[in-house]
Amino acid sequence: MTIIRISDDALARACGADEVAAAFAKAGATVERTSSWGMQWLEPLVEVDGKGFGPATVDDVAAILDGSSDKAIGVIAEHPFIASQQRLTFARAGKSRPLSLEDYEQHDGWVGLKRARQIGSEQIIAEMLHSGLRGRGGAGFPAAIKWKTVAGAVADQKYIVCNADEGDSGTFADRMMMEGDPFALIEGMAIAGEAVGATKGYIYIRSEYPDAIDKLRKAVNLCAHIIAPFECEIRAGAGAYVCGEETSLLNSLEGKRGEVRAKPPLPALQGLFGKPTVVNNVLTLCAVHHILAEGGAEHYQSLGIDRSKGTMPIQLAGNIKHGGLYETAFGITLNELVYDIGGGTASGRPVKAVQVGGPLGAYIHPDQFEVPFDYEAYAKLDALIGHAGITVFDDTADMGTMARFAMEFCAVESCGKCTPCRIGSTRGVELIDRIRAGGRVLEGVELAPQMHNMPKKGRSQEDEIKLLEDLCETMKFGSLCALGGFTPYPVMSALKHWPDDFRGK
Amino acid sequence: MSREQRLSEIIADHQGREGPLLPILHDVQEEFGCVDEEAERAIALALNLSRADVHGVVSFYHDFHTKADSRPVVQICRAESCKARGVEALIEGAVKTAGERVKLADVYCLGLCSSGPNARVGDKLHARLDGAALNKLIENA
Ligand code: SF4
Ligand code: FES
Repeated sequence: MTIIRISDDALARACGADEVAAAFAKAGATVERTSSWGMQWLEPLVEVDGKGFGPATVDDVAAILDGSSDKAIGVIAEHPFIASQQRLTFARAGKSRPLSLEDYEQHDGWVGLKRARQIGSEQIIAEMLHSGLRGRGGAGFPAAIKWKTVAGAVADQKYIVCNADEGDSGTFADRMMMEGDPFALIEGMAIAGEAVGATKGYIYIRSEYPDAIDKLRKAVNLCAHIIAPFECEIRAGAGAYVCGEETSLLNSLEGKRGEVRAKPPLPALQGLFGKPTVVNNVLTLCAVHHILAEGGAEHYQSLGIDRSKGTMPIQLAGNIKHGGLYETAFGITLNELVYDIGGGTASGRPVKAVQVGGPLGAYIHPDQFEVPFDYEAYAKLDALIGHAGITVFDDTADMGTMARFAMEFCAVESCGKCTPCRIGSTRGVELIDRIRAGGRVLEGVELAPQMHNMPKKGRSQEDEIKLLEDLCETMKFGSLCALGGFTPYPVMSALKHWPDDFRGK
Repeated sequence: MSREQRLSEIIADHQGREGPLLPILHDVQEEFGCVDEEAERAIALALNLSRADVHGVVSFYHDFHTKADSRPVVQICRAESCKARGVEALIEGAVKTAGERVKLADVYCLGLCSSGPNARVGDKLHARLDGAALNKLIENA
């Protein structure tokens, strides 16, 4: 009896996977719902005996069953998009059923946790350090250092918090991980608990991901007996972008406004409810169980380049032909990602810009596409790797509009705690509008002479541009968190590379 | 069951938890379509907070509303990746189709960024929309 495998990932479902699955069932086939391979342009991807067909519609069902379908892509695991990857975090993607404990065990599930429980806290942290794993949240801080601080703190209660609220545009690896491999996340949290002496964990998921919330709730119930005495609870966010910031997330979990907290105190010492808390993001925690398996740390740190170790799940998004999830070691270039792997734009037009790292990431010009994907190399470009989202724009994009949008987004989502972000972002929108209007000429207004720094007759376009640059500097260095501090990246990079889009030329 | 009873039931469901406010607000919003003054008062009383505290939280998050709106809601993603795939060109038509009957809301990323433009109706997601598909979605909402 052939088994038809179809992903139940949110993207596959949004492209009609449920309807296709139902049609196969109606035709008498046995259908299994799996995690997604990440070849999103082919979703819904139907797998029959290892061979793929996609993107499949209800009308393709009969032809797929009798072997005459023209949607065949050959053996999925041998597809160049899959075969050229180095999958660690996403090792099980496409291969297992998300909520099957049996599948998870078969694919090395719980091996890391078992070993962690044997070797104890000190050794766990030593291996984490050795692996070179850096937090995947953007700053790239070594994960083990946080753990060490929490492990060393004395308290009656400690917490592990998973930040699953990072919902940057152009990123979806967290979502796919939570939906496709929920036990891996839970196992990572249980190992972290073992390392630092915490028995309670929270996963805070953004409310824009209903499927992930549902999956993880079910997964936590299914594996409660395995992770005990560690306990894990799922909490839904409430639609505030800034809650992806670790301290505002903690406030939100406590039931407060999601305002950013000033550091110190570090969350590692005074985090959730004032207790020592590990806050890691989804991909960081999902890498843990592999590292803790026998020889995992050594393997992990052998991948990547320089100080960027291991692999990075890269998300190919926006106007790209072959969009999806591509996990590989650090060091790959945008040229390879956008053209070789991604196949160029979906519209077929030339690539104009790529935004790397979500809405707060810089816009990269095609002239810079040879820079290797690596934290330090990107910092030199005045850019971020962030969550490794790659959003491609074709030549119809107007970068002035995108810069304005970045400021607008910051204004809407600002938590209000600090002035450069709260007020600067609104001023930024106005400034960009004035630049695009050619500057500001005051008509019939004679300004008071004592205002020595005020131009008499308004400001020219160039003056306004200088002001915007100034404002961006202030936001960058005067803001408390990444929202206000990083918004200058998309704005300034757009201005630098595509000045004509601002000057109306 | 009266509204008041239902409200205290929801509060009681979560009161024993650590940090119960957000889960309570989610359930209240889900049940009554908003978190109004009366609900704020009841929650504040039960959790030993001031109503200003509770209101501060309600007003901070995009998911909570102080007035119920019985219209169906279609959330359209207007974040960068969906913009790169042309969502802005669909908005005018969507607004026309929605008219007064359907409420359109912006959302900033549904996590389907390789396949936009995307939208969400209830808990159901829709990807690869073009003008016709989006308008149909709105009509059927
Ligand atoms: S930068 Fe913006 S979001 Fe961050 S703390 Fe300051 S006001 Fe809040
Ligand atoms: S940007 Fe629209 S779904 Fe991510």
